[in-house]
Amino acid sequence: MEEQLEGIVTRHRENEGNIISILQDIENEFGYLREDAIYWVSERLDIPPAKFYGVATFYAQFHLKPKGKNVITACCGTACHVKGSERLINSLVKELDIPPGEDTSEDLRFTVEKVNCVGACSIAPVIIVNKAVHGKVSPDKLMKEIKGLKAGASKN
Amino acid sequence: MGKDISIKVCMGTGGIAAGGVEVMSAFDTAFSAAGITASVEKNCSMHKVGCRGFCARDVLVDVSVNGSKATYEYIKADMVERIVQEHIVEGNPVNEWLVKDDYHTFHDKQVKVVLSDCGEVDPEEIDSYIGREGYEAIKKVLTSMSPEETTKVIEEAGLRGRGGGGFPTAVKWQMALRAPGPVKYLICNADEGDPGAFMDRSVVEGNPHALIEGMIIGAYAIGAPYGYVYIRAEYPLAVERLYRSLQQARERGFLGKNILGSGFDFDIKVKLGAGAFVCGEETALIASIEGKRGMPRAKPPFPVQRGLWGKPTIINNVETLANVPYIVRKGAAWYAGFGTDKSKGTKVFALTGKIQNSGLIEVPMGIPLKEIVYDIGGGIEGGRKLKAVQTGGPSGGCIPAAMVDTTMDYESLARVGSIMGSGGMVVLDETDCMVDVAKYFLHFTESESCGKCVPCRVGTKRLLEILNRITEGRGREGDMDLLAELSTDVKTSSLCGLGQGAPNPILSTLKHYRDEYEAHIYEKRCPAGVCKDLLTYSVLEEFCKGCMACIRVCPAGAIVGEKKQPHRIVQDICIKCGACFETCKFKAVKKG
Repeated sequence: MEEQLEGIVTRHRENEGNIISILQDIENEFGYLREDAIYWVSERLDIPPAKFYGVATFYAQFHLKPKGKNVITACCGTACHVKGSERLINSLVKELDIPPGEDTSEDLRFTVEKVNCVGACSIAPVIIVNKAVHGKVSPDKLMKEIKGLKAGASKN
Repeated sequence: MGKDISIKVCMGTGGIAAGGVEVMSAFDTAFSAAGITASVEKNCSMHKVGCRGFCARDVLVDVSVNGSKATYEYIKADMVERIVQEHIVEGNPVNEWLVKDDYHTFHDKQVKVVLSDCGEVDPEEIDSYIGREGYEAIKKVLTSMSPEETTKVIEEAGLRGRGGGGFPTAVKWQMALRAPGPVKYLICNADEGDPGAFMDRSVVEGNPHALIEGMIIGAYAIGAPYGYVYIRAEYPLAVERLYRSLQQARERGFLGKNILGSGFDFDIKVKLGAGAFVCGEETALIASIEGKRGMPRAKPPFPVQRGLWGKPTIINNVETLANVPYIVRKGAAWYAGFGTDKSKGTKVFALTGKIQNSGLIEVPMGIPLKEIVYDIGGGIEGGRKLKAVQTGGPSGGCIPAAMVDTTMDYESLARVGSIMGSGGMVVLDETDCMVDVAKYFLHFTESESCGKCVPCRVGTKRLLEILNRITEGRGREGDMDLLAELSTDVKTSSLCGLGQGAPNPILSTLKHYRDEYEAHIYEKRCPAGVCKDLLTYSVLEEFCKGCMACIRVCPAGAIVGEKKQPHRIVQDICIKCGACFETCKFKAVKKG
């Protein structure tokens, strides 16, 4: 871990980075903001961990808990909302056993997250499965995709 | 004899989602297949292009043979072989796959300035932009115009901020030019956070060099050596193309020290937004670039006096800046020729929702809303009736169907209680509940409120609570008055635009759709059939064929019945998701 963090810190020292860009890199590197990583960077840069925590909890992009192996992002923009995104989300949460109030299944296989708008409104409703954008998603189509993923995930 | 062939495949986010990458490689495979290469040996070019607006028809493919162009719609990879064989080799376009008349009506009333090169240039190739007079404007400015003269052109063109506020761009630039000191910043706000809007994404994905050129011109006009693009991390394709274009512009000497030998220095950095709607507010955006929590502060001092790192700063929106090179190249008079007296030029809108032709459109300011909905948009999906058009996102309002004659300019929209906003335009039909729409936006602003000032932090929460109870059948006498009063308080006393605009969706729906609120509160009924708690689903036995389709789709297992016998919905188990209602082919499920 230290080696990766050293790299991140050096890179941002050279490029006048800031707390946000450091956190973005940590998130990219580890998939979420590991507590030990934040403490390490905080000590290294002599910036109180509370500053990192303050920024991390302000922006929607950061996660304080690990994400699942498969990340399914549901767009909740206006166009998706009027085209039934809520129903898609409900069926995802149910199908993938996401505990209430959480976004990741207990076995860390799936994360279902909502985002404000991915800007692909003309193909609403939109679901992003592991970075691949799917447009005009119907509940049937979505379930097929998810069942495929589930089968794939259990093989690994 | 060889032919001049050019293939353009739409590869914006929409195009890629519809299979653009596969279509591209299918063309590649088809061209390298035996026989084809020989017959098309001369000048065959293939390009990915950005969004051409009509994303609902993706993948769109242009095939030009010796200059005669045909456009195909809904293209999948397995259709490519036939296009190559029949159209390119044999010279007979595949008529059944070509775009139909509605593709042309979609474009007929549009006037493309900002989007004129989107869908034409290859966004990953600087030469493609240069080939269409790209970077000519910056040459003209740096060799023959002073900063004052440059701003003068923008002033005469009447360009106003396209991010929503409509503040005259030239006035901003003049103030920044007069601000003292050698260090100034020009920031491009590409943190398009409005749900239902994707104009900026499409410009950055489709023609990033126009934005870069606009920024160089703006920076020259205000004397700023440093620029930033603050862009959403949720737009990975736009970010990638922006980085690539900046690198290309640097290599060609359009960015960096001593640009084109003029002695002017300017370079652009990219900052990724981390997902906070409030960062669209200028001072919050600046705090975010500085690495802090993106919370706004009181103004004055305005950013042009004290902005990024305490230095004079101006912030322009993507669309505003991307207009600039075209204005400089074609002249202020040409641009001012579009639009109305006070709102000049064109505006890009993201036309979405329950509309037949959904997509990205650019129209002259002052066009009547009905021409957008019925001519360009082709009317309402599924032949249903128009109910309202929501403009301006979470700070905007709803224009009811009765006011469809409203013209799209800053002043007329303000008169009907909405705003231009950044250009989101969501069409709603009779199956949409206006109380639910207001609740949707309040849910959004409540969760995006940064929490700094009390009226917004607490006020949006209370407003949302009231809307929640109305839609859940617990509305009380006096709720409408309470909503109106609290909305006015939040509007007048919040610190920034987020709080000041947050009550607009409530105020405008209260004004135009009072009867819907009344039905929810007094009759515990949702006329549009949207609010779950006010609905019940039941099976009409006389229509039910007992096909079991609804039993299969019901996620709660709430439907019982034998094959070929009428089914029944167990109300205690039903979660009111509506899956049975949509699945039943015999209209045997009743909602109400």
